[in-house]
Amino acid sequence: MKRRIGFFDFTGCEGCQLTVLNLEDTLLDLLDLVEIVEFREVMSGSGGELDIAFVEGSICRPDEVERLQAIRARSKTLVALGACADTAGVNALSHFRDLQQLQRDVYGDHPTPAGRPRPLSAVVQVDCRVPGCPIDGQEFLSVLKALLMGKPPELPAYAVCVECKLAELPCTFDQGIVCLGPVTRAGCGAICLLGGDRCRGCRGMIDNPRAQPYDRILVEHGLSEADILREFRTFNMSGEKGQ
Amino acid sequence: MKIAVQHLARIEGHAHLVVDTAAGELLECRLEIVESPRFFEPLLQGRHYSDVAPIIARICGVCSNSHTLVSLAASEAALGVRISTQTRRLRKLLAFGEILQSHLLQLYFMAVPDYLGVPSIFPLIQRQRELVSRALRLKKLANDICWAVGGRPVHPVTPCLGGFSALPAAAALQDLRRQLVAALPDLEQTVELFAGFEIPAFERPTEYLCLSGEPGYPVFGEAIISSDGICVRVDEYLEVIEEYCVPHSTAKFARASRDSYMVGPLARFRNAGKSLSPMARKVASALGLAANTSNPYLGLIARLVEVVHCAEESIHLIDDILLDGLRSEPLPTPNKGGYGVAAIEAPRGTLFHAYRYDANGCILNADCIIPTAQNLANIEADLRQLVPTRMHLEQDALTRELETLVRAYDPCISCSTHLLKVDFV
Repeated sequence: MKRRIGFFDFTGCEGCQLTVLNLEDTLLDLLDLVEIVEFREVMSGSGGELDIAFVEGSICRPDEVERLQAIRARSKTLVALGACADTAGVNALSHFRDLQQLQRDVYGDHPTPAGRPRPLSAVVQVDCRVPGCPIDGQEFLSVLKALLMGKPPELPAYAVCVECKLAELPCTFDQGIVCLGPVTRAGCGAICLLGGDRCRGCRGMIDNPRAQPYDRILVEHGLSEADILREFRTFNMSGEKGQ
Repeated sequence: MKIAVQHLARIEGHAHLVVDTAAGELLECRLEIVESPRFFEPLLQGRHYSDVAPIIARICGVCSNSHTLVSLAASEAALGVRISTQTRRLRKLLAFGEILQSHLLQLYFMAVPDYLGVPSIFPLIQRQRELVSRALRLKKLANDICWAVGGRPVHPVTPCLGGFSALPAAAALQDLRRQLVAALPDLEQTVELFAGFEIPAFERPTEYLCLSGEPGYPVFGEAIISSDGICVRVDEYLEVIEEYCVPHSTAKFARASRDSYMVGPLARFRNAGKSLSPMARKVASALGLAANTSNPYLGLIARLVEVVHCAEESIHLIDDILLDGLRSEPLPTPNKGGYGVAAIEAPRGTLFHAYRYDANGCILNADCIIPTAQNLANIEADLRQLVPTRMHLEQDALTRELETLVRAYDPCISCSTHLLKVDFV
């Protein structure tokens, strides 16, 4: 019997679900192994009990809390799909702003219900996660494969810096550019550094980031705490002030 | 009769469709936009220009390349940065890649199920495996363009202020060219498939708006034009487009010359159909897409015509790029502030970004106008005119027809709720 899986989205850009749909080479084989019973972006209808629910997006409002709890209640395994679900991602940028002021700025005299964006784990039990903004398609497949085989999925415990060194890319610090590669969880293949950018930390931090050597690197390159904090305030806001 | 479709399926983002009729009268007709707002524009305040495009791209996974490209163009306009012909061509190729990917996803994954009477494309894997394989092959080619030029299909990595932080290899572009030529039979089959669909008959003339000012079918453009006679510079957008709030929506609505207007494939086709590629023009005429059509359901067919156009034009664009040879170019580091506006024809229509920067290159304020937000008033006006003509239908059939109309616009709700006008205090 095929395992029943579903895809769900809350507040986010649906780019992680799109990344799943972008697995064109694998999608047909994948559908031989699992039955996708719910995927609102590309499917009508809804589908009862689930073996695995992949949930994208952050939770902002009471109705979203209820909808997520209902999904949790009918799913054996619930996976946070992507940064917004995993850490609140860029949605958490609003944590440092006055919510009422934001609402007034955008909607003027037409207030609209909005709450602080939170990761799924603030509301329900999350069994495992696929980090990143967006997720890495291959990493999604390996998490799914582990779940189908009944093994706990594992994410790399080392930093993006390792993948960057293995790809023999030049270090951005040598150009005076702050990079979050030394403290960010690997698994993306250092894709942004390959593209000539820096690591912006979208996959969240490794479990034991070593602050002192990182601090030394910053000092050696004449960079300040303010430089690095600014860098953290794109994808890692919830760590500072999130719930 | 009351129709209330919660979390409308096969569209990007969250919307409810509510229609209420009694004794042959339409009482209520709303497309409720229920996606949580994310306040992207105020959150950009204080951010350095090198962070702006990567943050704003996260508004939307489906059109992250369009947001990135228009964001960079607006920053460049504000900071006085000029770009090279090579950069302009590569950006256009990336824009074509995204239009192809977004349109093919909509055509095959979101629209085909309506016309073949299935809840999604997945049940067709058994019955019509070739159709599904073709959809995946074409979609993969579109994504391969984005991989080669942008470094990643969703939230691109390489486009940056003044150019690209990494260039595609010439061999990768040659390979894309080969694949594009090899995809022509798949496109032909796609046209045949859609030629067999019975598109609902419905006419409602409206105002059609798109960009103009560059030779050819619009992608980038310096001017806004409309079928009601609008013709202004892009930086005068606030003078012709008015956004307003409605109680049932977290997205703002918009109007220009009349109560509503349309942007997107059909609007572009109406205003600039003559500049489509030769193959796309042939497809349009084969599918009976008339230059003066006012049937919004035909947005679907205009989307398919644009797929053919983008594929054909991408081949020529790659030839131009390879003929001149790729060379790495120095990136600018502007050191002044300023105000700039840019617009792009995103898959779903005209997308505007406007930024004001301080002298340190940090954002003072930002404004974005999103294609779907511009279409919302038009979708509702269509629904209001359509429902009374379909009262004879059973509730299920009517619901299907209304959903199909909404999908013909390929609405992108994530985008439309996140970007509204902002005045900073």
